[in-house]
Amino acid sequence: MHIYLPIAEMSVNILLICGMGGMIGFLSGLFGVGGGFLMTPLLIFIGVPAPVAVGTEANQIVASSVSGVLAHWRRGNVDFKMGAVLVAGGFAGSSLGVLLFKLLQTVGQIDLVIRLCYVVFLGAIGGLMLWESVRAIRRSRVMGARRGKLHQHNWLHGLPLKLRFRRSKLYISAILPFGIGAGVGVLSALMGVGGGFIMIPAMIYLLGMPTSVVVGTSLFQIIFVTANVTFLQAISTQTVDIVLALLLLTGAVIGAQFGSKYSVQLKGEQLRGLLSLLVLAVCAKLGFDLVARPVDLYSIAPVLAH
Amino acid sequence: MRQLLLPARFSVLFLLGTLLPAGLVHAEVLVADTSRHHVAITTGFTGADVLLFGAVEGKGDIIVVITGPNETVVVRRKQQIAGVWANTDSMTFADVPNFHVIAASRPIGDIADAPVRTQLNIGAANLDLRPAPDSSRRPAGEIEEFRKALVRNKQAEGLYGREPSSITVLSDRLFRTLVHFPANMATGTYTATVYLFREGNPVQIVRKPIVVEKTGVGAEIYSYAHDQAPLYGIAAILVAVGAGWLAGVVFRNV
Repeated sequence: MHIYLPIAEMSVNILLICGMGGMIGFLSGLFGVGGGFLMTPLLIFIGVPAPVAVGTEANQIVASSVSGVLAHWRRGNVDFKMGAVLVAGGFAGSSLGVLLFKLLQTVGQIDLVIRLCYVVFLGAIGGLMLWESVRAIRRSRVMGARRGKLHQHNWLHGLPLKLRFRRSKLYISAILPFGIGAGVGVLSALMGVGGGFIMIPAMIYLLGMPTSVVVGTSLFQIIFVTANVTFLQAISTQTVDIVLALLLLTGAVIGAQFGSKYSVQLKGEQLRGLLSLLVLAVCAKLGFDLVARPVDLYSIAPVLAH
Repeated sequence: MRQLLLPARFSVLFLLGTLLPAGLVHAEVLVADTSRHHVAITTGFTGADVLLFGAVEGKGDIIVVITGPNETVVVRRKQQIAGVWANTDSMTFADVPNFHVIAASRPIGDIADAPVRTQLNIGAANLDLRPAPDSSRRPAGEIEEFRKALVRNKQAEGLYGREPSSITVLSDRLFRTLVHFPANMATGTYTATVYLFREGNPVQIVRKPIVVEKTGVGAEIYSYAHDQAPLYGIAAILVAVGAGWLAGVVFRNV
């Protein structure tokens, strides 16, 4: 059963796309991540043009983040004030990112930059997570967990424009979350991801936010940033395929429900260990493609009239 | 040589008129048509087959050329920099046919010599592909490398034919061939050109247009995305928010 994607201008198997959405949805439910960092490379692997994959995936993440944030909102796990500062940064960053995307597309380096970003960030995050979870699993075997300080004080706390974030129990400079939001916004536009896999560690380790509000607040921010990316990509590159997005999210929504059921049966450290292996596998595949000699050194692309 | 092409093509047609026996010139020796003059890319589109058929009076060989609308294409070359393969060089080609496949009633070399095929742009290797003005001062060898790469990549995409497909001829009079349009074809006006060759020379040419366009929901989404981009972007966001909210509510108690 095939369907013609109007923006990607290709015919795809409906079951394949829904199945991919379901599989990534399952993993995102299992690990509590958005899944954009897996879906975008997968779309590129099956032949969807990289710009369409990035633009469409941003649109799909809007949907999955909305459905995710509802549950956290009901439990009061969203710091709206922190979210608003992150969103402000995210708007600035993602707007810059879309401009950069268009520029790189014109000079023919967009594929390379997308792949390089993936290899660098997935490699770094995956490596760190693996190290963390291996240590945590070992430690839990040796002795019970030891409680450390709430967070360390360093030069970052000396910055001006301090704001009080009640939900997060923090009194820090607004520049810091704004900067994090902006940085993740750029990556969101370039890589077609929500950026949760970078945002969440940054919120925990750099801002020192309590883990209970981290996921809800990051989902809240991701909704607005990916909506901004969707809108700007729709205007500047016309690469948002609404049909593809709907197919993906149908699968993803169902898969996520099954995933979150299974996640209860696995321990936190084991989950993170498995996720890190998955992240490193995607990273290795993309990295290999960068250094392996291409089948054809030449490639072609249509030049747009305007 | 290439610059002389247009006049050369005219001279072939001119020769046609002068060399043909008088009785054949005004008679319709060759008639041809296609089963469809319109290919609609609908939501379920996976490619289309168009039957091209015709009749010919007397002996002769048939060559069919299907060409798509022109586009501008940039060809990029990768080079290894610090271990990573990156695009380092490029050349732009203007007026590149988006699509080009041929069919022949006999091995093509037996029907027409290479120079004739080059003059008439028959076959992917014989297309008159020239770099855009900003790249045209590059060495001829380089241009040739990029030109070959362009044809090779188009063939890999299934938009240029590698080998001529066959034309079935019945009792030296009727002929037919099936032309396959792949799912990744562009929209626009395609041309089916049917040549009747005798003793290595084209004696009659018939051209038929085939219009390829998107219809139905897909077409509307495409034109909406391009003509009303801001509204399309907002619609895409609203659809996603609605779908996400719906999913969140439906699965709330699951």
